[in-house]
Amino acid sequence: MGIEPVDVLLAGLGAIALGAGVLVVSTRHIVRAGLWLVVALGATAGLYLVLSAELVAWVQVLLYVGAVVVLLLFAVMLTRAPIGASPDLDRPRWAGLLVGGGAGVGLAALLIDAYRWSRVPLPPGTGATEIGTEVFRTWVLPFEVLSVLLLAALIGAIVLSRPDIGAADTETGRREG
Amino acid sequence: MLAATSSLDQFSHDPWWLVLIKIVGVFAFLVVMTLFTIWYERRVVGRMQVRPGPNRNGPFGLLQSLADGIKLAFKEEVIPKTADKVVYFFAPVISAVCAFTAFAVIPLGPVVSMFGHHTPLQLTDVPVAVLLILACSSMGVYGVVLAGWASGSTYPLLGGLRSSAQMISYEVAMGLSIVAVFMTAGSMSTSDIVASQANGSQAQFFGLTFTMPSWYALLLFPSFLIYFVSAVGETNRAPFDLPEAESELVGGFHTEYSSFKFAMFFLAEYINMVTVSALCTTLFLGGWRAPAPITTFWAGANSGWWPMLWFTIKVLLLLFVFIWLRGTLPRLRYDQFMRFGWKVLIPVNLVWIVALAGLRTLQNSGLESQIKTYIMVGTVLVIAAVWVLWPAKEKPTAASGVEGIDPGGRVGGAGGFPVPPLDLEVPPSPRAPRLSVDREPVPAGTVAGDQSATEQEGR
Repeated sequence: MGIEPVDVLLAGLGAIALGAGVLVVSTRHIVRAGLWLVVALGATAGLYLVLSAELVAWVQVLLYVGAVVVLLLFAVMLTRAPIGASPDLDRPRWAGLLVGGGAGVGLAALLIDAYRWSRVPLPPGTGATEIGTEVFRTWVLPFEVLSVLLLAALIGAIVLSRPDIGAADTETGRREG
Repeated sequence: MLAATSSLDQFSHDPWWLVLIKIVGVFAFLVVMTLFTIWYERRVVGRMQVRPGPNRNGPFGLLQSLADGIKLAFKEEVIPKTADKVVYFFAPVISAVCAFTAFAVIPLGPVVSMFGHHTPLQLTDVPVAVLLILACSSMGVYGVVLAGWASGSTYPLLGGLRSSAQMISYEVAMGLSIVAVFMTAGSMSTSDIVASQANGSQAQFFGLTFTMPSWYALLLFPSFLIYFVSAVGETNRAPFDLPEAESELVGGFHTEYSSFKFAMFFLAEYINMVTVSALCTTLFLGGWRAPAPITTFWAGANSGWWPMLWFTIKVLLLLFVFIWLRGTLPRLRYDQFMRFGWKVLIPVNLVWIVALAGLRTLQNSGLESQIKTYIMVGTVLVIAAVWVLWPAKEKPTAASGVEGIDPGGRVGGAGGFPVPPLDLEVPPSPRAPRLSVDREPVPAGTVAGDQSATEQEGR
């Protein structure tokens, strides 16, 4: 069981993801925390790529790196966008370390114990066709439930951002519609 | 024909030096296209505005953009005191790198012989190549938003927010418009999409067999239209160039950038233009394949190095449309622009995808062609009936001021944000009858009035 280049790549990307993840919660610069999140998610996409799941990797880049974190940064910049450290961040250090570290170590111990050096053969197809078939045949119910969840989030965002919606019969409400 | 189609596993056979040559080739192609496009744009807009444009440096002024680029690189670099130095440095790098990377999967031609190796004229291809381009363009948003933020100045921040909102919004429409191509081609790899546009498919309507057009621009015309409109929005070009609305935001997100870093943003913008045009060529205009009439009398048009010529011609034509739009249309207002993106482009796109999916399901079903035709006609009739019989929207009553005019007020209740009445009416131009521009040279010493009088007599 020698160490192959793929293993080195996996370990390296995992270390990058982990380090960036730690920096996300420990940095004092708000916007840089978002950027470290980008690095962490990008490293995860790299992990997928090494594991030859190309579609998942690019979708990860497209959605998480390209859309979700951009929106996150966008929201931070719309409210306040300090350059430099923010001294007024209130983060319970020891509680966070306990919960985060405990969960991390526990999960790691569990997974290492479960798999250790066992190898799983690559399934014959990991392309878009196979993933599509899987999602829309076997996993169609969770998929649809997820889309309902997203719809709920969308409606919630609209309601939150438009206080005039509750008073539907006023003139403002009609004008905006 | 088999030799001309490139399949995916051909890319892994390239030796490293061939890959290096291809990388340098793509890089050179993009830089030359950028320099050329800047000149092209200035000349074409100049012609449209009845002035010559740059014509001093080199033949036809072709070296003007090179001179500008070199001048820009030697300028002093100013970094604002309040900037976040690290991010300020990386923002233009991200923009340029993403712009260059996206072009890697664009097929420029078929398999050619290069120093004894048979290799496709394309840097690389993956089964999900188009997703890679979309991912690169969504990563490019970081360059913009971080440049705006890291400058530590108000106008760039606002400009950065605006551009990233615009790019995110139009990316959705762009991604959706490509879905129809995926559905028709059955692949997300760029070389496969080009190959699937080689021949038109057969379709049966009313018992007759038609050969459908092979280019997706004709077959999927709504998608083509939506793609192009959202590509213009995605690249922040006129009439959607609100991020750098000079009258409002000074210069947008790159206001505080100077020298080489500014040049990188400039480069990224033009490369993005070239890339979306190249992607449009690949997805909708048959890629590097020669246009239809050429192949009928010249069989060799689709082999060897010739396809690069067809590809470049198609890209240049699309770039001309970009410039043409800039020379023709006035800039949109921000709310008009957002409304257009979210309330017109995306819903139309979704309806079109559903219709196309229905059509394909119908074609693949085992029904007889007559029944298929009945189903299609029936659906169209039902939709038309609903469209006609749908109760008309009530006109806003006169109670809220003059009909059809936004009275203004406050957004979000009584304590909300005040909005001025949006009742601007552009008066008819006093020069409306004289819209035609006379291009005849005016003889020296002739008063303009005399000139028009003699013309009147002449007619």
